[in-house]
Amino acid sequence: MNRKHIISILLENESGALSRVAGLFSARAYNIESLTVAPTDDETLSRMTVVTSGTEEIVEQIMKQLNKLVDVVKLIDLTESSFIERELMLAKVEATSDARSEVKRLADIFRGRIIDVTDNTYTIEMTGKGEKLDAFLTALSSISIYEVVRSGAIGIGRGEKSLTL
Amino acid sequence: MELTGAEIVVQCLKEEGVEHVFGYPGGAVLHIYDAFYKQDDVKHILVRHEQGATHAADGYARSTGKPGVVLVTSGPGATNAVTGIATAYLDSIPMVVLTGQVPRPLIGNDAFQEVDSVGITRPIVKHNFLVEDVKDLASVMKKAFYIATTGRPGPVVVDIPKDVTAHKTEFSYPRDIKVRSYHPTVKGHTGQIKKALDIILDAKCPMIYTGGGVILSNASEELVSFARAIGAPITNTLMGLGAYPASDEQFVGMLGMHGTYEANMSMHNCDVLIAIGARFDDRVTGNLEKFCPSATIVHVDIDPASISKNVKVDVPIVGDVKQVMEDFNKLLQDTKKRPDAAAMKAWWKQVNEWRAQDCLKYDTDTGTIKPQYVIQQLHEATDGDAFVVSDVGQHQMFAAQYYPFDKPRRWINSGGLGTMGFGLPAAMGVQMAHPDETVVCVTGEGSIQMCIQELATCLQYGLPVKIINLNNRFLGMVRQWQEFFYEKRYAMSYMESLPDFVKLAEAYGHIGIKVEKPEDVRAALDKAMTEYKDRLVFIDFITDREENVYPMIPAGAGLNEMILI
Repeated sequence: MNRKHIISILLENESGALSRVAGLFSARAYNIESLTVAPTDDETLSRMTVVTSGTEEIVEQIMKQLNKLVDVVKLIDLTESSFIERELMLAKVEATSDARSEVKRLADIFRGRIIDVTDNTYTIEMTGKGEKLDAFLTALSSISIYEVVRSGAIGIGRGEKSLTL
Repeated sequence: MELTGAEIVVQCLKEEGVEHVFGYPGGAVLHIYDAFYKQDDVKHILVRHEQGATHAADGYARSTGKPGVVLVTSGPGATNAVTGIATAYLDSIPMVVLTGQVPRPLIGNDAFQEVDSVGITRPIVKHNFLVEDVKDLASVMKKAFYIATTGRPGPVVVDIPKDVTAHKTEFSYPRDIKVRSYHPTVKGHTGQIKKALDIILDAKCPMIYTGGGVILSNASEELVSFARAIGAPITNTLMGLGAYPASDEQFVGMLGMHGTYEANMSMHNCDVLIAIGARFDDRVTGNLEKFCPSATIVHVDIDPASISKNVKVDVPIVGDVKQVMEDFNKLLQDTKKRPDAAAMKAWWKQVNEWRAQDCLKYDTDTGTIKPQYVIQQLHEATDGDAFVVSDVGQHQMFAAQYYPFDKPRRWINSGGLGTMGFGLPAAMGVQMAHPDETVVCVTGEGSIQMCIQELATCLQYGLPVKIINLNNRFLGMVRQWQEFFYEKRYAMSYMESLPDFVKLAEAYGHIGIKVEKPEDVRAALDKAMTEYKDRLVFIDFITDREENVYPMIPAGAGLNEMILI
């Protein structure tokens, strides 16, 4: 059965490391739903988060193949235990007449913040799990959405254990 | 002392004990070639095409266990090397490929002879590097050799911009190198090994299936002790031939698509399968749904990603084959438990019944030269002790079936990628490593023409390779599939306007012999091995046109569903 997995990877912060991971997914026809990467507090390391889906066998292969890449230092499947997932979204939406107050109300309910205002638009910043961001966009229903930017998910394990060197 | 990048490259090769480098010069590597010119320790072999350089280094590596080294220029030099790098990658062959690159300020400018070599080779290497600073060069070279030769071996590309080879820095070669993200597991898990041995000794119908990993790990001796103690039938994959002596009674031949009936039937009917350094390739397993239906599977492999990739394994053991087999053998000495003698007797009775089918028999009274006959005669003429380097196609299968190998590293072929054109340049590399040994290249008129230019290299370096050309005027394996599955519509599987191979060999300065009758086969082989021992001899055997490779498992069938002749 296909299930969503969030894989967190500590990667050498070197040119080409990202394409090794991305290339592995395309060469072996694995899914990527989202991928984020940025340097960590240790500038020699990047932390990458890949959201993928597949059967248990496929995800096991994904983990093993990733581990084989020389640039991959450590990795963990966050979905194997309890974890926190967050995604950042910026959305530019219609904010004229009735919509203006409706958008403000909805943003408050979803704990978003309006970070840019024009006569006709609001730009809203919102963080949360992917499902929450989806729910907000659905809730806007008749209000026009002009632009949506999403960061892709990042995640961290709950408790004291951490993914470090 | 301060050295230029080019001098550092050569010094690093010396430090690694490299004796031969196969390559071809060009603009981006001129500094490196100049550094080569000024020394005699590392010998450079000039090939005629970069693909030839990679296959030669690959053959050198397969026959010695040492890493093969290649040096090519940027752009087309690197792209021509790609097929050879992929060939080595698919068969896990240790190789270091140095590619020239345009000077750093020009990278990304579509400069003359510029390609993104690191990008192009990324999916077909174990790892690759772009050297951006001459200060990193020595440590990158050290890492390249370390990564290529440890764990599951494989090719590593080092891309060196021309300006880096001109810059100077203080040179010191690191004694040791640590790569924090690379730690291959070599020692198998003791608990897993014990558990596996218990299952193996309880088996009624055990079967040993071993692959190229045994050869890469130099574990033949350990394998032989283990197999003798267990007493099970043993089969080798195409990549694993020679790891277990073919002349031994326990050996049931190669398995898989063109394996023996007894090997495949033993696989299908075993109750415990012991897979060692093999990766359950699709040419071995046939239909996965029907694979070894009643077997508990033990799998020893150094690469965790090979385990349960195609076939779900019951007892995985990650580790170097040699070490794991040593552990098995120690445990076998310490335990009083022995295989069930009565069950083994019954199992062998069954295996020998399959063997009695004599699945490799072929029609000998056709008046034509049978390719199988040529290989059998070759085996006799070389006392079964030649290095046999094969190209890809029917001749490859005939060589694997009819030349029994008793030693590892004697059978050299492109099993994973199936690269036509591999044979001649690889044979060149083998001969370079073993100047006094008999090296034969078994090929066909299709494959040989893919890297025929290397005949010139053989002349330049006096490499007396014996070329056994099984010439059926067809791309035999393609034609065989078209006969079986496309109602004999032989689309493009024939060759018109074949060259006169005798004249061709002579034009390159070698000996050419054409053989058209079965009764002349042996005399030609003997002549090549004795009278022309020190010359390259190209023997063009005009063989039966439509001979097929049997037995065969058709696509989608199980190992127990072979087509016999």
